[in-house]
Parts: sequence; structure tokens; C-alpha cells
Amino acid sequence: MRNLFPGLIVGTIFGAGLALSDMVNPARVQAFLDVAGVWDPTLMLVMVAALVPSAIAYLLRRRMTRPLLGDRFSIPESRMLDPQLLIGAATFGVGWGLVGLCPGPAFAGLVLGSWQPWMFVAAMLAGMALHHLFTATRAPAPAFEG
Amino acid sequence: METITSLMAISGGLLIGTAAALLLLLTGRIAGVSGMVATMTRIGAGATPWSQATAFIVGLPIGTALMTLLVRTPEVVVTSSVPLLIVAGLLVGFGTRLGNGCTSGHGVCGMARLSPRSVAATATFMASAAVTVFILRHVIGG
Repeated sequence: MRNLFPGLIVGTIFGAGLALSDMVNPARVQAFLDVAGVWDPTLMLVMVAALVPSAIAYLLRRRMTRPLLGDRFSIPESRMLDPQLLIGAATFGVGWGLVGLCPGPAFAGLVLGSWQPWMFVAAMLAGMALHHLFTATRAPAPAFEG
Repeated sequence: METITSLMAISGGLLIGTAAALLLLLTGRIAGVSGMVATMTRIGAGATPWSQATAFIVGLPIGTALMTLLVRTPEVVVTSSVPLLIVAGLLVGFGTRLGNGCTSGHGVCGMARLSPRSVAATATFMASAAVTVFILRHVIGG
């Protein structure tokens, strides 16, 4: 329960925010990415607004020795910019641009009556599994961030 | 496309940021959706325990459903064909694992603590997504 309850509450607030700000609509996201078309600034507003409470929390965190319900903070320490990070981010961006869906809005959008998020999520899980197969045969995967 | 007010965009963003803030202060962990999905499906293992990651992912559609009942019903407008949806999903799945995060983990959490890796990742996926949309709409589609 100590894990379940915070996860559920936080996920619900996150999903509510994605719906209120229209980030669950791929057309809205693509309109932001379409800098040469009729540019829609919504995603930028959402991201800047989201960064405010998030940044405050990271500042508060510095004064805390441990989280309120846990033993320790698990925040990635690495500052190294390796090729995997940049190639991975670039690959993700191509997929994001193609349809306008990223992992959060894809899961949140499952309940909105469209079949497309379901198909996208299935393909996304397959892509994650492919990556796992790729790395399992080589070096162990680095600790992930998000 | 239906209109959305700046107030809705900002309020929605504040909710997303508050969720990330709560997860950090309560449990000490990063609100990264791609990582949670990997943990939930046991495709990968991270700092978040399985039950918490699964509850978080299940919460996403619950939150969207609640918002739909209480405030507004968002549209899901997808113009992409089935093969494009599949290719995009594969790229997003593979890329977020290789790059250790997506819009939430790098964009909202990593940027907020000015992590050099997250800033670089966010700049990279924003740029590659914008280039993709440009080619899709103005080169191929133009």
C-alpha cells in the first residue's frame, strides 16, 4: 500500500493534467512541432507550467535527507552525455513527430474511445522489448532515468 | 481543432508538474512514464518498485477519464495510417529505452533539476520531432 497509493494518486493527477491541457490529442502536439505551419504554442505553455512545481520540488529536496514516505532519493547522478542518450532521444523524437504520441499521453488516451492509442501502445511495448533483446545480448543496460 | 484556453494549458501543466513534485517528495523517485512502463511490463527494472510503477501507469487513464467527466472531453485526432502508427510506436519504445527517458522523465523532471543529460535529450528529441513533422508535412505532404 505504501507504494501503490502514491503511485495511483500521482498517476491520476498526471493523467488529469494531460487531458486538461489537451496533450492527449496528437494533433495538438504535432501542431506545436510544426514550426513551419500554423504554430500552436500549447505544448510550450504546458511544459513551462509543469517545470514550476517540479523545479520547486527539486529545490525543496535539497533540504531533505529522505523522502516523506521512503528511505532515500533515487535520482540519476550521471552527467555524461553518451551516444546512446542522444541517439535514443533522436529516435524517440522521430516516432513522436510521426504520430504526435509519446508514452504518457498514449496511456492516458486509452480511455478516450479511439483505437489508435491502443495500437501505438502495443507497438511501443514491442519497441521496448526489442531494445531489451538488443542489450541483453550485449553489455548490461545502464540505470534508467525516466 | 477545438480551441483550448491558455488557462487550461497552464492549469494542466501545473497538474503535471505537481504530480512530478509529489512523486519526488513522497517517494524520492522520478516521474518518468517510459521508465515506469518498462518496469510495469518487466521489460526493464529501475528505481521504482513494480507496484508503484504499475499504479502510476494505471492512474494516467483514470485521471484522463476523471477530467473528461468533470471538465472537458479531449479529442484524439490521429491522421496517421496504421503502418505509420506501428513504426512510430516502435521508434518511441526503442528510443525511450536507449535514451533513458521521454517527455516526462527528461522534459519535466530532468529539465527541472537542470540535468545536463536531460537538457541534451530534450533538445535532441524536440529537434528530431520538429524535423520529422517538417518532412512529413512540408516536404512529402507539401
